[in-house]
Amino acid sequence: MRNLLSQLRPLFEAARDLTPIILVILFFQELVLKQPIPNMQEMLTGLVMVLLGLALFVRGLEIGLFPLGESMAFAFAKKGNVFWLLLFAFLLGFGTTVAEPALIAVVGKAAEIAAQGGVIDATAEAMDGYANGLRMTVALSVGIAIVLGVLRILKGWPLHFCIIGGYFVVVIMTYFAPDEIIGIAYDSGGVTTSTITVPLVTALGVGLASSIRGRNPMLDGFGLIAFASLLPMIFVMLFGILTV
Amino acid sequence: MSHIELFLETMQSTLRDVIPIAAVLVGFQLFVLRQRIAHVWRVLRGFIYVLLGLALFLMGLEEAIFPLGEVMAAQLTNPAFLYGELYQEGITVLEAVSWQDYTWVYVFAFAIGLATTLAEPSLIAVGMKAQQVSGGAISAWGLRLAVSFGVAAGVALGCFRIVTGTDLWLYIVVAYVVVILQTLRAPKMIIPLAYDSGGVTTSTVTVPLLAALGLGLAATIPGRSPLIDGFGLIAFASVFPIMSVMGYAQISRWLEKRRHAEKGGEDAF
Repeated sequence: MRNLLSQLRPLFEAARDLTPIILVILFFQELVLKQPIPNMQEMLTGLVMVLLGLALFVRGLEIGLFPLGESMAFAFAKKGNVFWLLLFAFLLGFGTTVAEPALIAVVGKAAEIAAQGGVIDATAEAMDGYANGLRMTVALSVGIAIVLGVLRILKGWPLHFCIIGGYFVVVIMTYFAPDEIIGIAYDSGGVTTSTITVPLVTALGVGLASSIRGRNPMLDGFGLIAFASLLPMIFVMLFGILTV
Repeated sequence: MSHIELFLETMQSTLRDVIPIAAVLVGFQLFVLRQRIAHVWRVLRGFIYVLLGLALFLMGLEEAIFPLGEVMAAQLTNPAFLYGELYQEGITVLEAVSWQDYTWVYVFAFAIGLATTLAEPSLIAVGMKAQQVSGGAISAWGLRLAVSFGVAAGVALGCFRIVTGTDLWLYIVVAYVVVILQTLRAPKMIIPLAYDSGGVTTSTVTVPLLAALGLGLAATIPGRSPLIDGFGLIAFASVFPIMSVMGYAQISRWLEKRRHAEKGGEDAF
């Protein structure tokens, strides 16, 4: 009985996490917009899928991705080969960002709007080229960001100096970058880190920091994602300056 | 039948996302680290759970939440809803709008920012890790609430920016200054986590909804262009959680100190 309950725990938690979304939607539909919910049936099946999906995902992280990420971090720390560790970090960042659905959606939208605004030619080719260029720029910058973040953990640099320095670069670049790219550049910082990258990168950072002597997992382990949010802004503005 | 087809399709695209990562992990494990994967079956089961879970989750979003979110964003920015009386009098094109006309948009932005961030899978993952690493000093739930309120406030302010048409960079620069000032005063332990929480808030659930809301607003408000004004909501949703997480740590430290001071005072007498 107890075992069964503990198996069901993720399901209850998923239900708790989704309740606010349902409440918000119901409140606005019923009291503000005063319109009936379209396709109630589909809505309900969709919600059940979201619920089951979230529960499975969390359980999978706990038993699979987290332990794997950590054991790899320990192994790298013990082996002490910095080159392979950094290559691994780069591939993890680059590989996961290239495939990120949110990024693909945003660059597509950006190319469309750039074509309408006359920044690039309104041909399918030019738009594809622009979207691809943006996507590669962001993926490259996330790869480099994770490498820098891992170097920071190895060297023990204080994170806030890196981030504040990065902010200054962003502000200076904003001054030089074309207006059309700024909104997209700022947004691309937020969309880069996907649902699978975040848990893995977090496990790697925390695992590294706890296996290297003199590092504190709380102080040094987090911060990889912060780099991955900052560098794309800088790189995308650079892309804007170079292409226009 | 179409459900099963859709599920297979989603499964396929999720697989495409996961395979490069799996290849990197397994490749390094076997060829660089030259180690066997401990508890292979357990890890494999975890991977399958993650895959199935993500596919189900995305499909559910696609089926239920996104269409609804988009419909609601469109309805809320619809002139017929915004200026109901004027609209009924036949005035459909307004020369200028005042920001107060959009109160419900801000309320909706706040509420949906809060709700979607609470359900964000990657934030749940980071919260779990933070609680474990800090030995319970930071609760997963407290962190998630702080981040969610940050996103909610950020998105509401971002909508206000689109409505008023002010420059994005002004807001971001001011936000950076606040973050820098807070960094100087906040408890050291929280800083890296706070910086990270900016990046994890906006992914699978939030991005498409916010993009729809921002572009919808910019397209319907007279004098705004989607090109200049439509983007930027995600940037707000990335900076504000940094502030709210540091703020959460500062407030809890302050409360702790006050409690200690009161206790200390009693002891002295």
